[in-house]
Amino acid sequence: MDFWFFLIQVLNGVQYGLLLFLVASGLTLIFGIMGIINLAHGAFYMLGAYLAYWLARTTGSLSAAVLLSLPIAAAIGYAIEALLVRTLYRRDHLDQVLLTYGLILIFNEATRMTWGADVHGVPVPEALNWSIKLTDTLSYPAYRLMLSGVCAVLAVGMYLVISRTRFGMWVRAGASNRDMVAALGINVKLLFGVVFAIGAALAGLAGAISTPITSVAPGMGDSVLILCFVVVVIGGVGSIKGAFLGAMLIGLADTFGKVFVPDFASFTVYGVMAAVLLWKPRGLFA
Amino acid sequence: MNTVLPRRLTIALLLLLAGLALFPAWGPLAFAAKYTFLLQKLTGIMILAILALSLDLLVGVAGLVSLGHAAFFGLGGYMLALLSPQYEAASLWVALPATMGAVALAALVVGFLAIRTAGIYFIMVTLAFGQMGYYFFNDSKLAGGSDGAYIYVKPTVEAFGTTLVNLESKQAFFFVVLGCLVAVYLLLRVVLASPFGRVLAAIGVNEGRVRGLGFDPAVYKLVAFALAGALAGLAGFLAATQYGFVSPAMLGWHQSGHVLVMVILGGMGTLFGPILGAFILELAHFGLEAVTEHWLLPMGMLVIAIVLALPKGVAGLLLQWCGKKGDGE
Amino acid sequence: MENMKGISRRTVLRAGAVVAAGAGGFVPTRFAIGNTAKVKVGFLLPYSGTYAGLGEAVTNGFKLALEERGGKLGGRDIQFIAVDDESNPAKGPENTNKLVTGENVDFVVGPVHSGVAMGMVKVVRETGTITVIANAGAGAATGPLCAPNIFRTSFTNWQTAYPMAKVAAERGMKNVVTMSWKYAAGEEAVAGFEQGFTKAGGKIAKQILVPFPQEEFQANLTEIAALKPDGVFVFFAGSGALKFVKDYAAAGLKSIPLMGPGFLTDGVLKEQGAAAEGVLTTLHYADALDTSENKAFRGAYRKAFSKEADVYAVQGYDAGQLLFQGMGTVKGDSAAKADLIAAMETAVIKSPRGTFTLSKAHNPVQDIYLRQVKGGQEVVLGVAEKALADPAIGCKMG
Repeated sequence: MDFWFFLIQVLNGVQYGLLLFLVASGLTLIFGIMGIINLAHGAFYMLGAYLAYWLARTTGSLSAAVLLSLPIAAAIGYAIEALLVRTLYRRDHLDQVLLTYGLILIFNEATRMTWGADVHGVPVPEALNWSIKLTDTLSYPAYRLMLSGVCAVLAVGMYLVISRTRFGMWVRAGASNRDMVAALGINVKLLFGVVFAIGAALAGLAGAISTPITSVAPGMGDSVLILCFVVVVIGGVGSIKGAFLGAMLIGLADTFGKVFVPDFASFTVYGVMAAVLLWKPRGLFA
Repeated sequence: MNTVLPRRLTIALLLLLAGLALFPAWGPLAFAAKYTFLLQKLTGIMILAILALSLDLLVGVAGLVSLGHAAFFGLGGYMLALLSPQYEAASLWVALPATMGAVALAALVVGFLAIRTAGIYFIMVTLAFGQMGYYFFNDSKLAGGSDGAYIYVKPTVEAFGTTLVNLESKQAFFFVVLGCLVAVYLLLRVVLASPFGRVLAAIGVNEGRVRGLGFDPAVYKLVAFALAGALAGLAGFLAATQYGFVSPAMLGWHQSGHVLVMVILGGMGTLFGPILGAFILELAHFGLEAVTEHWLLPMGMLVIAIVLALPKGVAGLLLQWCGKKGDGE
Repeated sequence: MENMKGISRRTVLRAGAVVAAGAGGFVPTRFAIGNTAKVKVGFLLPYSGTYAGLGEAVTNGFKLALEERGGKLGGRDIQFIAVDDESNPAKGPENTNKLVTGENVDFVVGPVHSGVAMGMVKVVRETGTITVIANAGAGAATGPLCAPNIFRTSFTNWQTAYPMAKVAAERGMKNVVTMSWKYAAGEEAVAGFEQGFTKAGGKIAKQILVPFPQEEFQANLTEIAALKPDGVFVFFAGSGALKFVKDYAAAGLKSIPLMGPGFLTDGVLKEQGAAAEGVLTTLHYADALDTSENKAFRGAYRKAFSKEADVYAVQGYDAGQLLFQGMGTVKGDSAAKADLIAAMETAVIKSPRGTFTLSKAHNPVQDIYLRQVKGGQEVVLGVAEKALADPAIGCKMG
C-alpha cells in the first residue's frame, strides 16, 4: 500500500463525504428546527440535477445553470412548505413521513414526464476537464477537487452562520428546544419556510454541481436519501457539526470498505451506523 | 388502547369479512374470466395485511416505528426457500414453526440492539438492519443472490398420512391465508387486552411513566418486537408459498416503507385499520395502473390527500362516524 | 373439442364450484370464440423508474414489427396489454400472473430486469404461456430453467462477454482487471469473459464487484490505476455505464484499454462524450451496422416514433417477428401450442442485427460484433464471434 494510493483513497473518501454533507446538512437542519422527517429531500437533489442538466443545455454554461437552479429549488421548497408541510406541524411525525413519501412519488413521476426516462449526463466544463498527475498511473480529476472545495467552503460558511449570526442562534435554539423559538417571539412561520427553502436549495445545489460526475436519471434521489439519513443519524439529528463528521465517516468507510473488504462493501456503511448508535444511541452530537 | 369496537363498526367489518370469505362464491359470477386472478390478488393483499398488522403492534401500539420490518418478512420467505428440498415438498408442520422460530430469534437479536435507541434513531437503526438483511441475501450465494430463489413444490399439510389442505389449489390457499389473517388479528386483540398489552400500549403513550410504575419497558418492547417479527415471518412464509419465488427485494426498505404507509393510511394502533390500509393501497395501485402509465402521480396525490384529510387514517374516520373517538394515540 | 372445453368450464364457473387449476395440469382455455377473437399480447416491461426508457423501446420495436406486417398475428387482430413490472423482482410473479391469469393473454413479451425475468419464468413454466424474453440476459432462463414455451430474442449475459476475451488476447493483453456490479447480470458477464480469457492464456489480475446499484466508483478506479493492468473489462449499463466511463477517463486511465459488453456505451454514448473515445465493446447489435435490414428498420423506427432505435428496440422488433412467423405457420390458431412452438423453434429471423436462428434452448444463435467508439461514433470493427450459441448449461431440452 503505497503513499499515493492511500492519499488518493483518502481524497476519494473525503470528496464523497463532502458531497453527502451538502445534502445531509439540509436534511438535519429541517429536522432539527422543524421536526420534520423529510423523505422528499432526495427529490430536491434529483430536481437540482435535472434543472442543471436542462439549464446547462439551454444556456450552454454549467455555472450559469447551477446558479439558476438554486433559486428555483429554493422557491419550490418554500412553496411546498407553505402549501403542504405547514399544515402538519401539530401532527405526528409519521404523518409527515407519509406526506413526504407521497411527494417522492409525485416528484419522480413529474420529472419523468417532463424530461423523459432516459439517462442524461452533463460534460465537465472545459476549464476543469483535466487531471492532476500524481504518479505514472495515479491522477486526480480537477473537477472533483473543485467540488470538494465548494463543499468545504459551504461547510465553513454554514458553521459561521450558525455560530455567529442571529439566524444561527434561532437555528441552534430550534434544534435544542423547538418551543423556545416561538417563545422568543420569532416569526416561526417565516423561519420554517426559509429553513425548508434553504434545505431544498442545499440539496438542489448538491445535485446540480455533481451532474458532471454523476448520471442524471429518474429515481437518482432515492439512494442518496438513505445515505443522508445514515449521515444525519450518526452525527446526531439537528447538528451541522455532527452531519459533517458523519458524512466524513461514511465517505471514508465506503471508500475503504470497497478497497479492503470488497465482499462486505455493502455492509460497511450500515455496519458503521449500527456500531455508532449502539455506542451512542443519539448520535455523536446530540 | 381500547379493545372494544363500536357495535356498528363491528357489524360493518364483519360484513366486509363475510364478503371477502364468500368471494369464491360470488367472484366467478361478477368477474367471470378474471376471477382466478382476482382470487390470487386478494390472497396477496391479505398476506400484506398480515404484515401490516404485525407492524401495527410496533408502530401503533408500542410507538416503535420500524423502517426495517420487511427484513423479517423476507427472512420468512427465504427460510421456506432454504428449508424446502429442491424437488420435494417441505412439511408445513416442520417448515412453518421453524421459520417463525428462526425469524423470532433474528428479531430478538435485532430488537435487543435496536430498542436501546428511540424516535428517529430507532427508525434509522431498524432501517440499517433491514438493509443489512437485504444485502446479505443479495450478495451471498446462499439462495440465488440477486436472482432470487425458487420453491418448486409448495409445502404439504398432512396429518396421519392424509393431505388436509392442498396448498397448490389457489382457492384452498385463499382460505388458509384468510384463516391466518383472522387468527393473527384475534391473537393481537387478545395480546392487547392482556396485562402485557396494556403495559405495551402505555409505553407507546408515555414510557417514562411506565418505568416510574416499576415496569421495565425494554423487556416489553423486546417481546413485542420478537412477536411482530415472527408474524412478519409468517406473512413472508405465505408470500413465498403463493408464487414459489423469493427475491432480495422482499427485504428492502421500499417494502418496509410500503407497509408503513399501509399502517398509517389505515389508522395505526387500531389493528383493523392497517388491514383496511393494505386493501385500499393495493386496490388503488391496481386501479390507477389500469388507467394510466403515470400511475405514480395520482398515487402520490392520493397519499397526500389522505394525510391532509384523514389525520387518524381511515380507521379514525370510521370510528368518528360510529360516534366514538379513536384513542390509543 | 375446443367448444366443449369452453362450455364445460363456463358451466363449472356458473355453478360457483371452481376447482382451481393445479400447476401444469391445466391448459388455459380459450373459451368458445375460435380464431376470430383478438390475439392478446401482454407486455411485462418497466414503464416507470430507471428502466422505463428500455421498456418503451421494446414496446415500440414490437409494435413496429407487427405494423409493418399488416398489424395482425396469423390473420387475427391484436390486443396489447401492458403491465408495468416496476423492475421489482419481488413483484415479478404477481405481475406476470396479472397477464397470464388476469388477462388470459396468449403471449407474454418482456422483461428488461433479470430478477423480474426469474419471477416471470417461474409463473409461465407453470401456465405454459408462450413467452418471449425481449431483453433480460439471465443465463438461467434458457439454461437450467429452460422450457418449451420460453423463448428469447435478446442475448445471454455470457454471449455478450465471452467473445471479448479472444479480442483481448489477440491484442496482446495478458493481465486484465474485471469489474461489475455485484448482481447476476454482471457476474455472468464477467464470468464469461474470464472463462474465455484464462483459456486463451491470460490472467485476471483482480475481480472487483461493487454493490448494485451504487455508482461511486472512485475507490475502485484508484485501485485499478495501482494495479496497472493491460486492460479493464467491465459490465455496466444505463446510468452506471454513463458514470463509469466518465469517471474512468477523469481518473486518467484512458491509456488502459476499456472493454465490456455493448451496454457500456449503448444509449449513453452521446452523454459520455469524449470520455467514451476508444472504448471497445462486444454486442449482438450495433446502431451503425451497414446492412439494408438495419437501415430500413432504423428509418422506419425514426419515422414512427421520432426517436433513434437502439438494441432494445431491435430485440422487441425481433420478438414481434418471431411471434408473427409462429402464428403465421399455425394460421392464427394459438391453441395449437405444440405446432406453434415447433414453428417458433425453427424460425429464421431476418433481424436488423443480421439473420439469426434459435438454439435448442430457445436462445438466439447470433453473430457478436466488435465495436469501438471513434470520433464520438460507434464503429463496427467486425464480427468478434460468428453464430455464437450460449452453452445453455443445465438445459435438458431438445
